[in-house]
Amino acid sequence: MLQDYISYVFENFRKRKMRSWLTMLGIFIGIAAVVALVSLGQGLQQFIDEQFEAFGTDKLIIQPKTGFAPPGSDVTTIELTSNDEWVVERTRGVIEATSFIMENVKVEFNEQIRFHQLFSIPTDEGKKLYDEINQFEVQDGRDVRKGDKFKVLVGIGFIEDDLFQPNIEVGDKIEINDIEFKVIGHYERIGNSGDDRTLVITEDAMREIFNVEERVDFILARAAKSEKPSNVAVRVEKELRNFRNLEEGKEDFVVQTSEDFIESFQNILLAVQLVLVGIAAISLLVGGIGITNTMYTAVLERTKEIGVMKAIGARNSDILKIFLLESGILGLAGGAIGVALGMGFSKLVEILVATTGNTFLKSTFSPYLIAGALLFAFLVGAISGVMPAIRASRLKPVDALRYE
Amino acid sequence: MKNAIIKLDDVWKTYRMGNVKVNALRGLDLAIKEGEFVAIMGPSGSGKSTAVNMVGALDMPTKGKIYLENRDISKLSESDLAQIRGKKIGFIFQQFNLINTLSALENVALPMVFQGVSKEERIKRAKNILEMVGLGDRINHKPTELSGGQQQRVAIARALANNPEVVLADEPTGNLDSKTGETVISFLTNLNKKDKKTIILVTHDMNIAKHANRIEFLKDGTIVKSKKLRIGG
Repeated sequence: MLQDYISYVFENFRKRKMRSWLTMLGIFIGIAAVVALVSLGQGLQQFIDEQFEAFGTDKLIIQPKTGFAPPGSDVTTIELTSNDEWVVERTRGVIEATSFIMENVKVEFNEQIRFHQLFSIPTDEGKKLYDEINQFEVQDGRDVRKGDKFKVLVGIGFIEDDLFQPNIEVGDKIEINDIEFKVIGHYERIGNSGDDRTLVITEDAMREIFNVEERVDFILARAAKSEKPSNVAVRVEKELRNFRNLEEGKEDFVVQTSEDFIESFQNILLAVQLVLVGIAAISLLVGGIGITNTMYTAVLERTKEIGVMKAIGARNSDILKIFLLESGILGLAGGAIGVALGMGFSKLVEILVATTGNTFLKSTFSPYLIAGALLFAFLVGAISGVMPAIRASRLKPVDALRYE
Repeated sequence: MKNAIIKLDDVWKTYRMGNVKVNALRGLDLAIKEGEFVAIMGPSGSGKSTAVNMVGALDMPTKGKIYLENRDISKLSESDLAQIRGKKIGFIFQQFNLINTLSALENVALPMVFQGVSKEERIKRAKNILEMVGLGDRINHKPTELSGGQQQRVAIARALANNPEVVLADEPTGNLDSKTGETVISFLTNLNKKDKKTIILVTHDMNIAKHANRIEFLKDGTIVKSKKLRIGG
C-alpha cells in the first residue's frame, strides 16, 4: 500500500519537475548548512579533545591579564617575572613549575625580512614539563639544549612553505633582530600555521641576546596527583595575589587549568555552532513554508483527483497519508541532496583551510549526523504538509468531483 | 420492496446559496432491485446529479434515508462510506476521471489498493479486467496516450475492479462519438445480462436510455414518470 502511494507520489513529482526542484531547494540549503557546520564543528571538537588529551589535565597556566593584546606585544604593560614563578612553584599542591618567553622578532634571510614569533624554552629540569604541552618532535637536525647561544630551531614552515626564497635549510644562517643565528634543526609539521612558523631558542639565549631581564610570559605548573587542579589553581591565585599586593577580584593575572581551557574552548565552539545552526534553522523554516505552499497548490490542482480517489474508495486517512508522504518525501529528497552538498562543502572547507597550512581541521561525518539530518528533513517536510493534507482529506467527494 | 439493493426513502437535499435555500431533491423515492438496469433521465437542473450522488453514497441527504442492501447508510461517517463505495459501487464518469499520472493498469488497480488487496492479486485482476474490455495490449499506457473510447473502457475496468454489485454510470457516453458510445453501452448491457450486475445509468439521451429495463424521469427533484421497457434482464 505504502509502496503504491510512494510510486504515485513520485509520478506527481515527475509531472511537476521544476516546482519539485525549487521546493526541495528551500530544504537542501538549510540541511546542507547544518551538515557542513556540525561536521566541521565535530572535527574541530575532535582536534581539541586530542590536543588536550595529550596536554594532560594536571597543568596550570598562569598568564598576565592582557586585554586584547597577545603576551609579548608592546601593549602589555603587566608583566610576570621569575619571582612570580618562584611563588607559584612554592605553592602547596604544585610539584614543579617552569616558564617561557615570547617575543615578536624580525627575521632576515637572503635579504628578505619577515616578522615571526620567537619562543624561549627552558633547558633546565623544567624542559620535561614544557615538552608535555609542546609535543612536537624535531624532524631534522637537533633540539636546542643548554649552552646553545646563537642557535635556533625553526618550525617546518620555514623549511617547506616558501616563507623565504629560497626555503631555509638546516645549517643556514638567519638574522633575528639583526643578530646572526644558525638553524640547527626543524620541527615536524604541526598542522596550524601559527605553530609551524615559530622560532625557538634557549631561555638563556633569549635573556642574554634580547635583553629580557626578569619577564616571563607564561608560567607553567604541574599539580600533584593527589590534588584537584582547580583547588591548586585557587591556592596559586591567592599566593600570587598576596605576593603582588592585589585585592581579591583585581588580579592582573589569570590562572587557568587545562580543564578551564577545554571548557572555554568547548563553550566558544558550542556558542558559535548554536548561532550558525540557528541561522540554518531559519532557512529550514523558510524551506518548510515553501513546502506548505507547494502542497496547498498541489491539493488545489488535484482536487478533482482527490474526489475520484474518494469515489473509488479512498478514506480520509488514505488521502491524508498520500499527501503527508508527498510532502515528507519532498523534505527527505531535499535533505538527501542537502546532506551530500553539506558533506561536499565541509570537505571543501577542510581542503581550503589545509592550503593555508592548517591541516588540523578534519570534517567528520558521523552516521548519527547523516541519519539525523535525513530524518529531520523528512519531518520538516511532513509537518509542513500537515495543513494542506488535512485540507485534502476533508474535501467532500461531491464538491471535489465537481471542481474544474 | 424485496431485493431492493438501493432504496431512497423520502430524500431531500437542500443547498444554501447565499440567503436562498434551493431544494435539489424534494422527497425523492426510488428503489432499485438487484440485477436491474435502470436509466435516470431528466433535464438539467432536475436534480439528476444530486440523485446520483445520493445513490452512489457520495453525498448525504438533508432529510430522508438511503438504504444499501437494507442498511441505512445516511448517517455513516465519510470513511465508512468510502469503504462501502469502494466495495459495492463502481463509478463511471462522463469525463472518465482517470488519474493521468498512473498507467491504465495502475488506474484499474487503484480501487483495490484502498481495499487492501495484495499486490500480486491486484495486478492479476487488473490485467484480467483490462483484457476483458479489450485493452490487454495497452496496460502500461497513460490515459493521455489513449483515445476517449479507450479511456472510458479503462474507467469501466476500474469500476469493476472490486467486483461491485452496482455500477453507476453518469453520462458515460457524453464525451464520446455515437459509435464509441454504442460500444460502451453494449459493455454495460453485457455486464447486466451476463454478470447480473445492477446498472444505474444517468443520461439525457433517449437512444442510450432505451437499453435499460426501466427509465425513471426526474423533474424538480422528484420522479415524475416511470417507464418499464422490458421485464427481467
